Amino acid sequence: MSATSEPGRAIAAAGEAGAARRAWRGAGLALLLLAAVLLPFLVSSYHAFQLTLALAYAIALLGLNMLTGYNGQISLGHGAFYAIGAYIAAILMTQFDWPYWATIPVAGLVCLVAGFLFGLPALRLEGLYLALATFALAVATPQLLKYKHLEDWTGGVQGIVITKPDPPFGLPISQDQWLYLFTLAVAVLMFVLAHNLLRGRIGRAIVAIRDHPVAAETMGIDNAIYKSLTFGVSALYTGVAGALGAIAVQFVAPDSFNVFLSISFLVGVVVGGLASISGAVYGALFIQFVPNIADDISKAAPWAIYGVFLIACMYLMPRGVAGFVQSAAARLPWRETKKG
Amino acid sequence: MRERSYTLAAALAAALTLTAPALAQKQYGPGVTDTEIKIGNTMPYSGPASAYGTIGRAEAAYFRMINDQGGINGRKINFISLDDGYSPPKTVEQVRKLVEQENVLLVFQPLGTPSNTAIHKYMNAKKVPQLFVATGATKWGDPQHFPWTMGWQPSYQAEARIYAKYLLQTKPDAKIAVLYQNDDYGKDYLKGLKDGLGDKAAKMIVAEASYEVTDPTVDSQIVSLQGSGADVFFNVATPKFAAQAIRKAYDIGWHPLQLLNNVSISVGSVLTPAGLEKSIGIITADYRKDPADPQCDNDPAMKEWRAFMAKYYPEGDVKDNSNLYGYTVAMTLAQVLKQCGDNLTRENVMKEAAHLDMSPGTLQPGVKITTSPTDFFPIKQMRLQKFDGKAWVPFGEAIGS
Repeated sequence: MSATSEPGRAIAAAGEAGAARRAWRGAGLALLLLAAVLLPFLVSSYHAFQLTLALAYAIALLGLNMLTGYNGQISLGHGAFYAIGAYIAAILMTQFDWPYWATIPVAGLVCLVAGFLFGLPALRLEGLYLALATFALAVATPQLLKYKHLEDWTGGVQGIVITKPDPPFGLPISQDQWLYLFTLAVAVLMFVLAHNLLRGRIGRAIVAIRDHPVAAETMGIDNAIYKSLTFGVSALYTGVAGALGAIAVQFVAPDSFNVFLSISFLVGVVVGGLASISGAVYGALFIQFVPNIADDISKAAPWAIYGVFLIACMYLMPRGVAGFVQSAAARLPWRETKKG
Repeated sequence: MRERSYTLAAALAAALTLTAPALAQKQYGPGVTDTEIKIGNTMPYSGPASAYGTIGRAEAAYFRMINDQGGINGRKINFISLDDGYSPPKTVEQVRKLVEQENVLLVFQPLGTPSNTAIHKYMNAKKVPQLFVATGATKWGDPQHFPWTMGWQPSYQAEARIYAKYLLQTKPDAKIAVLYQNDDYGKDYLKGLKDGLGDKAAKMIVAEASYEVTDPTVDSQIVSLQGSGADVFFNVATPKFAAQAIRKAYDIGWHPLQLLNNVSISVGSVLTPAGLEKSIGIITADYRKDPADPQCDNDPAMKEWRAFMAKYYPEGDVKDNSNLYGYTVAMTLAQVLKQCGDNLTRENVMKEAAHLDMSPGTLQPGVKITTSPTDFFPIKQMRLQKFDGKAWVPFGEAIGS
């Protein structure tokens, strides 16, 4: 368990077995990454587009998971940060002719500030009260985007159409394949950063605040600043995801960011697995593909089918997909022999 | 025009090769076989605009009827209608699925201005027909820049120009007060009215007041409009606000000639809450016949429509004009495909869509569907109608915009 957080001691204790396990893990991740890179060349461009959206959602879910899974703050309003990120990318690209890649860090930074500022007053709210406050944010977002004094920027109800970026250096791949690879690169970077953040001192502080705020305070953790910062970083992730999603969809409009988006994010986090980094990927695949599967099964009542899927997931995998995978992997026989 | 291009093509084909019979051969675009034509569609079956979903169901029912009658030129219509929940990103996803996965010949009637805006560029870059979009915005009739996109119903601006024409003819010294929703929809109407009035607009429009969708009421706007001394009130509001405006104007004793935009034409959701007796005399314009109007009982086209509803869409409301809309627009597409004959390429679909001249019996007398390579606005006329306390009563000839 602690093999990654305290590598030195763990290896000393577990000896070669620990090192071997880490090597296996590294090899597995490398294989997975290779498969992810090759994927767009094996599927149609429509599927590549869907997978690009799923990757963007994965980043957003990772951000929300930091807040909800690790820090224990429930947000029903992350669709708002997703919208801010999307609009920043769209406005910078169309009105200021910025290249698409340059808009991503700006979207992240603006959301960091917005999230931090929203996190400050939200500190006084716990649990369900915070959920309601953030819900208000989600409800207000589409209407704020239509606000007439912002219309010159946001395009009002009509939204903004973005031109799809071409692959750089004359690479012989399609726009969809390129966009997928670009999004994948950003996603890998964001996941590595999140891994380092959460497995380190800061991550332990974030979890400690969730588990026992008073004890955490006694240990010298500044709860207020940590909670606001977690909110900010979480919003940063969601904003980056929003920018990537907007570039993939090539269009932003107020109706794209309704309350349902925020609720979908929470669904994704819980289905994927709370307080789990890999859970974000599972959750993203769920919110991207399950509605389509449900629509294929029944045209008349797709959301009823969706509901059945959701209940089945929660019943069969109460700790989310990530928790299920973890406990299934722990039962694998070869895993036992490796340890011994 | 078309004749000549055929001759030209024939001469070319004959000159270049000896495959002259190829002319008579069938030409198929994606999604077409000897027995089938695949048509794609997105509709808000779920979400905030799901009330419009019935349009998609009426269209599917129409194509079922066509298929029962043997299809179009022997080909059955495979109508693939997907739910986009009125969410533009979902529309993009679903339309890409239709075009890239299902390989449809064309995308028909995607509903909603934001949804269609989201796919506008994509459809034109991919050169896939985006036919008869279900929105009243003006931008869909732009063949020069977007040759693969075409609207269907009269645009908001066209409707407003019709009211302007009516006023210029019957009430040239009118003093007009306008209430409008402060967004693209409201501004489109205002622009149409001003364009229609021409030089006289500045003199005739004596007051303008706008409201936000977030406003609780439009009472104060109505009071200030009354204060302007206007004798014509142009009500450009969505159902809730339109009803408030009608009621308030009546209650404060302001009785101008009222023009109500077609968006809020519903007797059930606008005039009834406003008060039926307070709504007597209001004038609006429509291009469809009113399926709830008992006058239509003996109309052969409307009888056909009722028989269709009873057989193919019995769960649908026969009085809902959204269903009549779906039925008529599906009829328009069937006509385009019929005209295409055995040349069912995407290019030819757009070409035939730009050569329409039909007068479906479900539209008001005098209202035609006409297009040309430079005219991508199929319906341009509307007929005025006045509310008599129970129903809309059409009067006069159809007026063109």
